[in-house]
Amino acid sequence: MGRTFAEKIFDKRSGGKVASGDVVEAAVDYVMVNDVTGPPAFEAFEMLGAEPLRNKIILIPDHYVPNKDVASAIQAKRMRDFAMKWKIKNYFEIGEGGVCHQLMMELGYVAPGRLIVGADSHTCTYGALGAFSTGIGSTEAATVFARGKLWFRVPKTDEFIFTGRLKKNVFGKDLILRIIGDIGVDGALYKSMEVKGSTISNLELSDRMTIANMAIEAGAKNLFIAPDKKTDSYLKGIVKGKYRAILPDENAQYDRRYEYDAANIPPLVAAPYLPSNVKPASEIDVKIDQAYLGSCTNGRVEDLRAAARIMKGRRVANGVRMIVVPASKKIFEQAMKEGLLKIFMDADAYVSGPTCGACLGGYMGVLAPGEVAVSSTNRNFVGRMGHKESKVYLANPAVVAASAVKGRIVDPSEVVK
Amino acid sequence: MKMIIEGIAWKFGDNIDTDQIIPAEYLVTPDPEELARHAFEKIRPEFSKSVKSGDILVAGTNFGCGSSREHAPRALMGAGISCVIARSYARIFFRNSINIGLPLVEADIDADENDAIKVDFENGLVTNLSKNKNWRFPPYNEFLQKLIDNGGLIPYAKERLSAERRG
Ligand code: SF4
Repeated sequence: MGRTFAEKIFDKRSGGKVASGDVVEAAVDYVMVNDVTGPPAFEAFEMLGAEPLRNKIILIPDHYVPNKDVASAIQAKRMRDFAMKWKIKNYFEIGEGGVCHQLMMELGYVAPGRLIVGADSHTCTYGALGAFSTGIGSTEAATVFARGKLWFRVPKTDEFIFTGRLKKNVFGKDLILRIIGDIGVDGALYKSMEVKGSTISNLELSDRMTIANMAIEAGAKNLFIAPDKKTDSYLKGIVKGKYRAILPDENAQYDRRYEYDAANIPPLVAAPYLPSNVKPASEIDVKIDQAYLGSCTNGRVEDLRAAARIMKGRRVANGVRMIVVPASKKIFEQAMKEGLLKIFMDADAYVSGPTCGACLGGYMGVLAPGEVAVSSTNRNFVGRMGHKESKVYLANPAVVAASAVKGRIVDPSEVVK
Repeated sequence: MKMIIEGIAWKFGDNIDTDQIIPAEYLVTPDPEELARHAFEKIRPEFSKSVKSGDILVAGTNFGCGSSREHAPRALMGAGISCVIARSYARIFFRNSINIGLPLVEADIDADENDAIKVDFENGLVTNLSKNKNWRFPPYNEFLQKLIDNGGLIPYAKERLSAERRG
């Protein structure tokens, strides 16, 4: 009987033959914490009385940096102090960094066949490069700092197969929204997702990253996309160390199988208050106050390009503010080089340096009571981006840009052909 | 872990996410009591004022979905919540709670706000004392039970570290 990706990686890491439901201890390659989840981990780590496994630990302040207030400054300082105290070199100050998940991939920590955990739920993003990656809590991150391993329950796996060519203005975001809309926010609870098919092979890595990023919004433990030549060329020159891909067997046993014709999927939007509340953008006629383009979901240069193509020579509608936040310094620089930032600024959008910022309602774009945002991020829960009576509609970067121009949520075809 | 817990129910629905349990703007401290002051602030503003030590949360499916913030179970513990009973849990919330010692029961029970609830862990039995009804729930698997008996992941990891040092 064939094995799924999850079964194969846990076979390998635990040195036995695992079955779904088994709890195993497995060695991890890297563990990442951010400025929110780091401080509780540091506290827990000090209780262990152990030396840290320095090379496995990655510290990335991104949620509240630059610090929004004194409390967040103290929190960020704890991370800096911890890095200094234990001489952890994988610490990235705001001016060299950006959103944690983007950095993990850009800096070459992520590679096919690796097992990576992070104290942030969107750690599942790295499955886009063929890694097994999943979000954990702070206390467990602390134990990984010391032991380099962690307990895992071996998940069952569902497969999602996409064939057919994407329509214009349809991206990875729409494919994952389609899945979540179908199976619900707990449709893949505790499970591993394998996303495959000719549509996925044809996607660029940035779109694959968007897809893997939102696996947690279906309750999944991880999401896997088979690495290929595109993955290798992305990693060329940036990857740390060697890697070896692990691929599921052809005859692997899946719990459920879903098939989609990608050609039938239009630009989609997830309306408040769940990422599963998915409708075609063309069917949503809602006035907006804010358009947000950024985050680990859709803050990459490909996303900025898609939005800039629509914004070029146009302006943000009266009464609407648009906020553009490239996810990392590298992306910011590339966008600058390509003139994308200029396009946004000419359109009267506000462009900021990399940070999580408004994605989690932290700061820099928080919503007032009753306000509505269209956002390229991943969550639209009650109060996610601000006041509990504010609303967030999730969409791809083209929908965000087109909606900013029109002042209401629209299908991009209303603005460009 | 206390083998029998009795408390008064706070009733919640499906898909209670971590932003509802503890909004992101308060994630500037890991202190359970400080976090507890803002628990459920956006959906049940009365919660932090009226919650009493020993109270029990009763919820539907996918409780704790969303972010990986351990601040969510910490805030509940800081508020004095003794146990959560839900039809199902989001996986990171489940792990976090077990790892830091907040007992979770997976069961589909019938309870209203303010019902008196009793949880017997040894026998896997939840009782709604106000309604005089019982439900069985499955025991944790062996590994998780060991974690819980050890007092959570930190004592467990400490023990493993010293065992590994001894070789
Ligand atoms: S960009 Fe948003 S979703 Fe991504 S890590 Fe930051 S807060 Fe979380």
